[in-house]
Amino acid sequence: MNLAWLLILLPLAVAAANQLVLKKTGLAPLISTASAIATFVLAVLLLGKNETSHFAWATIGDFSINIGYKLDQLSTGMMIVVTGVGMLVHIFSLAYMKEDSAKARYFTGLSLFMFSMTGIVLADNFIMTFIFWELVGLSSYLLIGHWYQKDSAADAAKKAFLCNRIGDFGFLVGILMLWGITGHLAFDSMKGGLEHFIAANPLIATGVISAAVLCIFCGAIGKSAQLPLHVWLPDAMEGPTPVSALIHAATMVAAGVYMLFRLQFTLGFEHFEGLTASTVIAWTGGITSLVAALMATQQDDIKKILAYSTLSQLGYMVMAVGLVAGEAGMFHLFTHAWFKALLFLGSGAVIYACHHEQNIWKMGGLLKKMPITGFTFLIGFLALIAVPGFSGFFSKEQILEAAHEKNQALFWIAAGVAVLTPFYMTRLFVVAFLGKTKSENADHAHEVGPLMFVPLLLLAVLGFAAGYPAIASKLAPAYHQPEHLIHLGLVTYVSIAALIIGVVTGFILYTGKDKDPVSIPLFQNRFYLDAIYEKGIVRYFQDAFAMIISFIDELLITGLIVNGSSRAAASFGNLFRKVQSGSLQGYAFCFGLGCLFVIYFAVFGH
Amino acid sequence: MATLNDYLLVSGLLFAIGLAGVVMRRNIIIVFMCLELMLSAANLTLVAFSRFHVTANGLPDYNGQMLVFFVITVAAAEVAVGLAIIVALYRARQTIHTDELTSLKG
Repeated sequence: MNLAWLLILLPLAVAAANQLVLKKTGLAPLISTASAIATFVLAVLLLGKNETSHFAWATIGDFSINIGYKLDQLSTGMMIVVTGVGMLVHIFSLAYMKEDSAKARYFTGLSLFMFSMTGIVLADNFIMTFIFWELVGLSSYLLIGHWYQKDSAADAAKKAFLCNRIGDFGFLVGILMLWGITGHLAFDSMKGGLEHFIAANPLIATGVISAAVLCIFCGAIGKSAQLPLHVWLPDAMEGPTPVSALIHAATMVAAGVYMLFRLQFTLGFEHFEGLTASTVIAWTGGITSLVAALMATQQDDIKKILAYSTLSQLGYMVMAVGLVAGEAGMFHLFTHAWFKALLFLGSGAVIYACHHEQNIWKMGGLLKKMPITGFTFLIGFLALIAVPGFSGFFSKEQILEAAHEKNQALFWIAAGVAVLTPFYMTRLFVVAFLGKTKSENADHAHEVGPLMFVPLLLLAVLGFAAGYPAIASKLAPAYHQPEHLIHLGLVTYVSIAALIIGVVTGFILYTGKDKDPVSIPLFQNRFYLDAIYEKGIVRYFQDAFAMIISFIDELLITGLIVNGSSRAAASFGNLFRKVQSGSLQGYAFCFGLGCLFVIYFAVFGH
Repeated sequence: MATLNDYLLVSGLLFAIGLAGVVMRRNIIIVFMCLELMLSAANLTLVAFSRFHVTANGLPDYNGQMLVFFVITVAAAEVAVGLAIIVALYRARQTIHTDELTSLKG
């Protein structure tokens, strides 16, 4: 058994053991956490290895679907992010979920998620990616709906699952198209197939490839919550906060970016330059980042603000991938994972300390009451708004530079987002952590225990330092080391100017305020997109479809097939029931008659 | 002298009477007796065939008559069991009329 298989199977084994055996014993959290730590150690051991291995999972004729792993710089670096954040989130959850009655279920979900995410990252072919892609969707569903007694949580889980499914449909079509084009499913052999296809069909090649890439991008739209399927991510904040940190900030939502980059990496970047699909991807990312940042400026729920900020940063990454500057996107994914997990866990600590108060206007003054949490949150905040010297600065710089080089319009959109990000984060920080306390719950807040602040401190270290080449070149997936640490030029000036404008406006507007001085209903109501979906798509498509399904289910399945067959059997039985008269002589008569027939046919039948 | 056909005719009549009794009579004891009658009809056939089937050495073929002995033995045992069942039945149900014994009706 080699380490990579162990890395994949350990979380699955733990999830199974938790669910089947350990549910009642109270050991489940500890076992899950131990396995998360073990997977992190394994990921560190595997770092930088180059290896593939697979076995046939299903074979039909000479076609076989493989399950295997592919270790390279990209996947092992990504595993560090997944297992690193995963491990810290597990530890944090030990404290955060201490009083939850369904701890075992929660940790089983986390382990299942770790298994699925590992599968996506290490997959060596597209079918395996898809299988695990669905599995992360499932574990995300289970964890968002952890508090399923709350209607809002159950609805959010359903919404997340459905949005993901819509995207995944395109993804599956895309995979099949790509299979049709290249003739292969395994990453290693795809590139040759693609070049063969281009050589054979020079006229239609770019169009067909573009369509396939767009279909695959649908999967990323769903999973990485890009417009127009972004609506599930803010709602997913109904789940426990550590889950938001792990799944909806650091790893699963980044899977879309990872998968797109893996696709480009596999097929060769040169095929994506100037492709229509790449332009669409870049613009989707750019617009998502702008729209989400605008929405974030008017939210009051601390987790929702962070969720929109995640959307916006994911938009950055997708834009970078669309600009065929995937290294920058992956670098941002890497730094973003640490500081966004830090911010989410920090908000988790705040929510925990404030007795599940999530409204920032009811917090205030928390920096003094919770110095460690406040300080680590500050580091995450500085990293997210890309203060020079913090990790976020380096990665954002690479993205902005790529945008500046390739698409001016997108560069200025990204610069606009770079103003908005410091603005809404300053708003969050000033309102929640500075000033005076604004509610009783916040008054009673005090510092959280070491199980919570140690992960925060560790994440704070990485959130600060992950951008430096000394660390990034070792850990980050597909890291492309720039020539100079800071390359002074228009891009840097613009980003620093954006930072200063954002922070200063935020400070001026929100210092010492008790309620929001700005009110923009359009942003508060998220551009009315949710309402439009609800009134339009949900009513006319989902409900109409549900009616058809219900009709088929009740009339055809229940009425005709299930009850119908039972009724047919019953009436058939009734028919034969008459024969069972219970009269002895009747039987004897029939028996005699039967004998007569037998004799007649035996003697005269010829 | 009676021919084989005469014997078969009598045996057929006996069998038909027995069958008619089994089918038509309601008293289970009479039904039972009619069953015995049918067995006897079969026995008569066997004996008749045995008597009229002369083998190479001029003697009748006794195999048929051997079979009759077996039938009579088994029938005796059957009567013992059958009557016991009828007695048990009467004790349980206080009736031996087949019309009233219809608990197997579907």
